[in-house]
Amino acid sequence: MSKHLTDFILHLADSTLILGQRNGEWCGHGPVLEQDIAITNITLDLIGQARSLYQYAAKLINEVSKLSESEVPPAEGFKAASEDTLAYLRTEREFKNFLLVEQPNSDWGQTILRQFLFSTWQYYLYQQLKEKGSDTTLAAIAEKSLKEISYHVRWSGEWVIRLGDGTAESKKRMAHAIQELWPYTGELFLPAPYEKVAEVDFDKLKPAWFKKVSDVFNEATLLVPQHVYMHTGGKTGTHTEHLGYMLAELQYMQRSFPGCEW
Amino acid sequence: MVYLLWKDLTACEWITGSQRVLTGVSFLTFDINYRNMVFQDFENKFQDKIDNEIKIEPKDWMPESYRKTNLRQISQHAHSEVVGMLPEGNWIGRAPSLKRKAILLAKVQDEAGHGLYLYSAAETLGMSREEMTDDLHSGKAKYSSIFNYPTLTWADIGAIGWLVDGAAIMNQVMLTRTSYGPYARAMVRICKEESFHQRQGFESLLVLSKGTKEQRTMCQDAINRWWWPALMMFGPQDSESQHSEQSMKWKIKRKSNDELRQNFIDMIAEQIKTLGMKLPDPDLKWNEERKHYDFGEINWDAFWQVVKGNGPCNKQRLDARRKAHEEGQWIREAAMAYAEKKMKQNNY
Ligand SMILES: [Fe+2]
Ligand SMILES: [Fe+2]
Repeated sequence: MSKHLTDFILHLADSTLILGQRNGEWCGHGPVLEQDIAITNITLDLIGQARSLYQYAAKLINEVSKLSESEVPPAEGFKAASEDTLAYLRTEREFKNFLLVEQPNSDWGQTILRQFLFSTWQYYLYQQLKEKGSDTTLAAIAEKSLKEISYHVRWSGEWVIRLGDGTAESKKRMAHAIQELWPYTGELFLPAPYEKVAEVDFDKLKPAWFKKVSDVFNEATLLVPQHVYMHTGGKTGTHTEHLGYMLAELQYMQRSFPGCEW
Repeated sequence: MVYLLWKDLTACEWITGSQRVLTGVSFLTFDINYRNMVFQDFENKFQDKIDNEIKIEPKDWMPESYRKTNLRQISQHAHSEVVGMLPEGNWIGRAPSLKRKAILLAKVQDEAGHGLYLYSAAETLGMSREEMTDDLHSGKAKYSSIFNYPTLTWADIGAIGWLVDGAAIMNQVMLTRTSYGPYARAMVRICKEESFHQRQGFESLLVLSKGTKEQRTMCQDAINRWWWPALMMFGPQDSESQHSEQSMKWKIKRKSNDELRQNFIDMIAEQIKTLGMKLPDPDLKWNEERKHYDFGEINWDAFWQVVKGNGPCNKQRLDARRKAHEEGQWIREAAMAYAEKKMKQNNY
């Protein structure tokens, strides 16, 4: 097993989980009941995808005979790595999610924009993972997830258009959300050391993502920002201050009551 | 459609009314008799249907107070589903495993779905969801008081599933046979999901009950705090209940508050044995003669305090609902504006 592959899978899993954790904050607080249900549906999909990825990473980790090789040893009280040790017992320096997904929720416009930017990235990346198929497990996870992701792209894209081209206020809010989130999109296409073996074709990924995003912004009468400084570091474990608090909440039970079954 | 029929009836009244004006006082008694006859006829037919277990449908004639009672009950029920998302939603971020997080998200989402079905059922009685929501936010409409208690530990999530959804089911199974068609049908769908919630809640407590000392303590503590409020969910004792008698005659309800409460206690008193936990009632004891469990006195003062708004979370829950609604305003407006724009474009 290559440590690079595990890290790549953890990066995918962490990004999905952390966005799910953020979206979960909306549950019970959505702008209308139907949309509360819709965002929770997406959250459920994201948590489900994260679980498949963590399970696969755990399997790879447990297969390694020399555990010292792994950055993520099975934690104390656990016989082996599992989806839960990986999600609940790694620290903020070990999490490899994008900075984009850990940004705090502000308004609904920002939430659906973040979803759209992320899901579109996920869509084109997972296409690659599915088509290359050099790793059959990952290809299978990608294929299964793509059905959900296509819906997420459509749903969030429709919201971007609706709010961009809605009222003067909604347009202003969307423009603001773009300003806030755009600086975190550069990282989506910046290969991390572990990605060289994962065979992601970034030269294809970025233009595909950019075209889709531009098309939707166009229809939404929103502008694509130019010459923006891009923040990076999430993929290699250097996060914004927000992630620590998210993990404190996410991991609270496992940290307070180590080694319990739930 | 209810209104059309109502208009018909009012038309009858108008005719008799104008006759009264035209022909003077001597016809007054006749007119009132005529009016009563019309009413009596409708009412008899209505009660006949109920007695013969024929469902009342939105288009059918119904007494105004039947409509109002159903509307009040169904909209309250809808509000309860929606406000009920909050105490459980409180633990989504902290669920102790990914599996539990997914189960909890799905459960809270189900409750939102229940809210939707019920608002639709209530709308057939002539009130819009917007009006109902406004009534919730203004405090005019009520929701189940159980959701005004806080979820303090993870075990509360299991306890809510087991006890609160469990108590809700008792009531809702009965309501699958309620006389108002749309309400009964909504209940059939909802009941399936609620019994799933109850099993999940119980199973979650079962894991705690087999866990560490801390987990068992957490489990018992949650049961202690949720038991009495769950019993209060069935409403006041029959002797104190205002609406019960008429509701039974109209088959809106088919069992009294006390009957349902007793059924619930009998069920839980057995199920708790599997958990190896205790219900916080020293007077709880099987009564061989009655073939039911006897139980201690319920603190109704505490119940009425929560109903009046003095529960630990009344303010917090309503504030959260109002905030979601207010912050959703610009989104709903934008969605509407966009839809109108598209409609115009398509028409040209
Ligand atoms: Fe429900
Ligand atoms: Fe439920």
